[in-house]
Amino acid sequence: MTDETDAYEHYEAVVVGGGPGGAAAAARLAEHGVETLVLERGTEAGSKNVSGGLIYAEESAPYTIDDLFEGFREEASERPVTDYHIHNVAGDSVKSYELTDLHEHDTDWCDAVLRRRMDSWLQRRVHEKTSETGGGVLTGVRVNGLLRDGGEIVGVTCDELEPITADLIVAADGVNSELARDAGLMDWEEPDEWFQGVKAVVDMDRETIDDRFGLEGEDGVAHLFSGDLFEGVRGGGFLYTNADSLSIGTVFHLDSLVEERAEPHELLDALLTHPLLAQWLRDDYVEREYAAKLVPDSKKVVHPEPYRGRLVLVGDAAGQMQAQGPIIKGMNHAVTAGALAADAFVAERGSADPEAAGRRYANWLEESGTMDKLRPRRYEAVRAVGEDDRVTDAVERVLDSRLGSLAIGNPIADWALKRAYNSPFLISMLPDTRTGYVTLPTIVAEEHGRTLHWGSEVDPPSLEERIGDLTYDTDVGNPHIELRDQSADSSGDAVRACPVSAESFGGGCYRSEEIKRNGTAETVVSLDTQPCIECGTCAIVADTEWEHPRGGKGVEYREG
Amino acid sequence: MEGTVRSIVLTKGVPDFSEGAVSFDEDGHLERGKTPTVMNPNDEVALRAALQTRVRHGGHVSGMSMGPPGYGDVLREAMESVYTDDNYLLSDRELAASDTWATAITLSAGLETYQAEVGDIDLVFAGFKTADGETGQTGPQTAWAMDWPIVTHVVALEVDPDERRLRAKRLVEGDVDEIETVEAPLPCFVITDPEFEPSYRQASHRLTRKRLREETRERAADHDDHLTTWNHEDLNLDPDYIGLDGSPTIVSSVDPIPKAPSEREATMVDPTDADAMDDVLEELRPHAAGTSDHATEAGD
Ligand SMILES: Cc1cc2nc3c(=O)[nH]c(=O)nc-3n(C[C@H](O)[C@H](O)[C@H](O)COP(=O)(O)OP(=O)(O)OC[C@H]3O[C@@H](n4cnc5c(N)ncnc54)[C@H](O)[C@@H]3O)c2cc1C
Ligand code: SF4
Repeated sequence: MTDETDAYEHYEAVVVGGGPGGAAAAARLAEHGVETLVLERGTEAGSKNVSGGLIYAEESAPYTIDDLFEGFREEASERPVTDYHIHNVAGDSVKSYELTDLHEHDTDWCDAVLRRRMDSWLQRRVHEKTSETGGGVLTGVRVNGLLRDGGEIVGVTCDELEPITADLIVAADGVNSELARDAGLMDWEEPDEWFQGVKAVVDMDRETIDDRFGLEGEDGVAHLFSGDLFEGVRGGGFLYTNADSLSIGTVFHLDSLVEERAEPHELLDALLTHPLLAQWLRDDYVEREYAAKLVPDSKKVVHPEPYRGRLVLVGDAAGQMQAQGPIIKGMNHAVTAGALAADAFVAERGSADPEAAGRRYANWLEESGTMDKLRPRRYEAVRAVGEDDRVTDAVERVLDSRLGSLAIGNPIADWALKRAYNSPFLISMLPDTRTGYVTLPTIVAEEHGRTLHWGSEVDPPSLEERIGDLTYDTDVGNPHIELRDQSADSSGDAVRACPVSAESFGGGCYRSEEIKRNGTAETVVSLDTQPCIECGTCAIVADTEWEHPRGGKGVEYREG
Repeated sequence: MEGTVRSIVLTKGVPDFSEGAVSFDEDGHLERGKTPTVMNPNDEVALRAALQTRVRHGGHVSGMSMGPPGYGDVLREAMESVYTDDNYLLSDRELAASDTWATAITLSAGLETYQAEVGDIDLVFAGFKTADGETGQTGPQTAWAMDWPIVTHVVALEVDPDERRLRAKRLVEGDVDEIETVEAPLPCFVITDPEFEPSYRQASHRLTRKRLREETRERAADHDDHLTTWNHEDLNLDPDYIGLDGSPTIVSSVDPIPKAPSEREATMVDPTDADAMDDVLEELRPHAAGTSDHATEAGD
């Protein structure tokens, strides 16, 4: 190291991000006695994070969150979820299947969580553990890049602190990882590599939840929704019961969202106001929080070699987020990856080769079977044909025909469909086309469904009210996103795809305005980052210079 | 090993003027007895400066205040918000109703007692002025009484415990505000400006601050164990020179007045600034009552 980097503070390991990936890495490092510093940009871990969220403990996983954090289930999670249903919707027609077999496949346990509560609890545990090794957790610190010395990565630079050098740098900074991008390992270019998740946390006391969902004891329930209620956008909806709230949300392929020119908040509202949900939400809908975040699609972006020099990527930063049909598994894989990266570092401690730990970590991801879950070889094989537009079109035509509907509509098909939905094997093969997400569920509902003869009294808040209910600490005069190209061609998609903007709403982040120049009218896009909820969507769909806000600035989620 | 720093922070309680806390009687007069006492907000700045020094160099920070026994709560607040290690309350019926000068004498006696019984002081921090209309004489007068150097209007501070010196940036008000850098030997008084901003740019400093916060949480829970109260006997003070009896703005013919370095620390008051003028009137009230020779002089 040169004299200059020598003068900086040094820690054996620096972990960037206090989500499940960072927490697992730091806890494991500390258990090995590694001096570990954790840097988290939120005022508290969890204040920036959103998930659905069901956290799984997989039987086959080398690490689960309760292995690393004793008392996790009792103190950090909401309630176990043991009952799982999917509802195929076509208008007012609904066909529901129990999906418990799929849900329980390879599952030791599964809990509903809210991220503010979960991550802040983890933060306290991690701080206790890392303090013992001379490190600790610092919040309100945003890492803004990698520190290099002669081209080699040697540490991190921050908005709030002097640069820090380290022998191991763990980028657990989530989707839109600035470190992964800085290292040249990930880019933010293709909408089809990402999902966008949007969610509302709905206030409901325990007694009411148990009564309306027919729950007894501790265990809660998960409901999933697909079919024609989302304007043809590929994706689906979810509802999970918490201790004294519900998590209701949607997850869509970003490319589809853009293509269909859909407004994310309207799709969420379509779910909330569907008569199917009226049985649970009734006439006393109170929304506690509106939130959104990008979700990587591991099938497309998971990095096979998530390391460079002393830097390793874990969790969403490495694209390790598995959408297994309707089941979303990101948190559990982040935990596994974080712990494996830590173990790999310790195994190679003292090695002269700075990349030895990274290589070993990548090997362990393979050997533990984690990589095959994230990017199933089966999917690779099927994808080659399945996602070809011509194939999709042909299949769609058959399904839409009388013949197709009849085939799916017969009683044997009903039985077969239930089996198919519950097969992790089939589910992981399902190509990402309209067929699986929209057409099939719609036909299923039309052919087998029962019709709901009631309406909905749910009146979700407007976008303006939702923004108004959020907590922000705005970094006035220092916007974290800059719009590079104002043309509608380059950035117009953001006006709709941004979850806090809308074509007809002037109070959001992105607005399109018509300006008249030399007698011709032109549409330009403008950006105001004040209401931004840092979901990352416009980093992909608009031409921006995109960064996270400084430490502690921006939106602060209370639920997540 | 680098030397550590022992600091004292002088704090004062003021009525809590925040919304809802203030209590008025039927005639609309402030009921001081019923209005809770809180730490002078400007003292918090001084405390933050002391904390920064403590975090960077290690050592010890003690809070010190003069006032009735209830002021223990003010010191507890100091402990909770900026993690003083322990607190000292100079409290005695004989000390009641002191003006700034008598307060300064008492505080300097407190500092001397502290040096004799606890340890040598490197830095004394005090706030700019109190929220209840006092003009910020106490700090300078106490420094004068101790015969220690004083640096006022400090906005940034660096201490070199090994060289026993400090470097400070001062905000010098004028038509155009200027920042000047000064050096001074330890021990020294540091009067912080409200603009003072502590800075923690090293990860290890932030971790230390966090550790102090955690340790403080336990300590503040039984604050009484960390509070030492000294009366006039402990302080070796003659009641004639302190409290009501020793307050020269009321009692005539007390010598030290002209020597007090208050002139040098005169506050510039904009006559169009109503709040500032209220402060001046507050200062003049005893003189207007004609109870002091000094006042008569001043009235001429
Ligand atoms: C709507 C929705 C539903 C989902 N449902 C589920 C589900 O049911 N089950 C499931 O397992 N997963 C689900 N996920 C995915 C899951 O949330 C993620 O996969 C998971 O959070 C990844 O964990 P992580 O530790 O990699 O990253 P994160 O949890 O995103 O943590 C990253 C951390 O890094 C911090 N950070 C970022 N940049 C910086 C920086 N520059 N400096 C300092 N700190 C920084 C962030 O503040 C954050 O705390 C869902 C996601 C969404 C959006
Ligand atoms: S401005 Fe960009 S990052 Fe912010 S909420 Fe909108 S799409 Fe998400």
